[in-house]
Amino acid sequence: MEAAMGLMRRMPPRHSETALSALLSLLPHNSSDLLSQVDLPLQVLSDDDSGKRFILCEYNRDADSYRSPWSNKYHPRLEDAPYPSSKLRQLEIEANDIFTVYCDQYYEGGISSVYMWEDDNEGFVACFLVKKDGSKTGQGRRGYLEEGTWDAIHVIEVGPEEETTRYCLTSTVMLSLTTDDVSSGTFSLSGSIRRQMNMNLPVADGHLCNMGKMIEEMEGKLRNSLDQVYFGKTREMVCTLRPPSEVLPMRLPDS
Amino acid sequence: MAEEETELSDNQKKEIAKWFLLNAPAGEIQYVAKDLKSVLNNDDVYDEAASEAFPVYNKSHMICLEMPGRFGDVLVTSYGELQGNEYLDPKTAQVAIVDHVKQVCTEVRPASDEELPTPYVEEYRCALEAEMLKYVGEAYPKGSCSVYCINGKDVEGPGYDFELVAVIFAARLSPQNFCTGSWQSIWNIECKDDIQVLELKGKLQVGAHYFEEGNVQLDAKHECRDSTMFQSPDDSAIAIASLIRHHETEYLASLEASYLNLPDATFKDLRRKLPVTRTLFPWHSTSLFSLTREISKELGIGK
Repeated sequence: MEAAMGLMRRMPPRHSETALSALLSLLPHNSSDLLSQVDLPLQVLSDDDSGKRFILCEYNRDADSYRSPWSNKYHPRLEDAPYPSSKLRQLEIEANDIFTVYCDQYYEGGISSVYMWEDDNEGFVACFLVKKDGSKTGQGRRGYLEEGTWDAIHVIEVGPEEETTRYCLTSTVMLSLTTDDVSSGTFSLSGSIRRQMNMNLPVADGHLCNMGKMIEEMEGKLRNSLDQVYFGKTREMVCTLRPPSEVLPMRLPDS
Repeated sequence: MAEEETELSDNQKKEIAKWFLLNAPAGEIQYVAKDLKSVLNNDDVYDEAASEAFPVYNKSHMICLEMPGRFGDVLVTSYGELQGNEYLDPKTAQVAIVDHVKQVCTEVRPASDEELPTPYVEEYRCALEAEMLKYVGEAYPKGSCSVYCINGKDVEGPGYDFELVAVIFAARLSPQNFCTGSWQSIWNIECKDDIQVLELKGKLQVGAHYFEEGNVQLDAKHECRDSTMFQSPDDSAIAIASLIRHHETEYLASLEASYLNLPDATFKDLRRKLPVTRTLFPWHSTSLFSLTREISKELGIGK
């Protein structure tokens, strides 16, 4: 399994789907581990009733159907499927509405979905997902990107409700961007990073407020990390391979 | 989930193994090989896949191997390939015999006359190589280069076209820092005798991989063209090398520009650093029930 994860860290991020299905076919007995540990770009479906789109993931799936957070119905229709309790469903509805506004603010569009379900420890788990297509044919306002996607998955385990409740967040961001122009050719960066954050927060502030703040903080950190550390490191590598001419030693006259 | 656990055929496993090997980032194939062997758990299939995948990988990544006997290094490229595992080093006129899977040069022999270009072509090739070596020595801290004749190597004198190719390769491997990178330039030079012109076509490719707590890869490519007059071997060499230097420097500058542009413009299209309001999102309003309307009003968006 460790070797399989090692392979996933080296394969080009653009090909993670191919890499994962290759691993699944080579290691069928580890499929549940692989599926839970490897993240793939998010897929989207349209809700029959409202036409609004929602994101597909393991957390709203049952068999081959997916539950829409807007209508609370499975697509395609399914008998005997699990649903959150009505109390949790209320929270889920509110979460989806707020998160849509949050996404508008940060993502200038994008598709978002929130799913919640009760867990065995008297708490619940919430999954917040965002998918943004920033390409110039998608929702990229500035038109630099030939291709660009940001997929974020935030899973929060909320402990049993006490005065101070425990929230455990695991976030994964997958991103890929390509610019293409005549003078600089194609420039393509892609990657994924995953982080965790645990906090104990007063339940009086409200679950949504607590979870929202954690996600906002985490996304900010991941964005900075991607920008400074990851992109910065690859840029450093390019400069190490071939330093810009100002850095090169002065050319000595031929003797 | 499909429950039929049809065992993959050995051939299918081999193809999958090959795919993983071929997609390894520059300089990482041995690490991929190790993990792959563990996942496959079948040495026969692995060996077959490796024997097919390694040569392709080595040539496309232009790996640089040390030749025994103090001859220096040889670049493994398709331009210098004589037979499956024999590669010409034009600089020293030696042929290196290579073990692809182990990625080492096992022995060296002198090249025969048929394997080398004619003296006429060799003058041009050699002059260009000398200029290229100077350039690469200055511009690339750890670069290697070779100039091959890929067309018309039997041309005896003026009146016929021939084609040279100059390849530059540089790599940096820092697995302990979770970072690897490679630079590759391939410059085709068509020496057109009839119109007395040298036509250059360059293909530059840069790759970098950072994998601490994640997996981020850069893949950048660029193509360019230029031309200059067909002159004496030395003058042509100087002209070509200076054009190459010019284009590569320009490309590097535009890569830098792309990186500088990244945080503000390009990245913003994916996710802004902060909302337009320049403040964090007002989650505190979430304790109210009809908060969506409140927030929408506050942020001034019509919902």
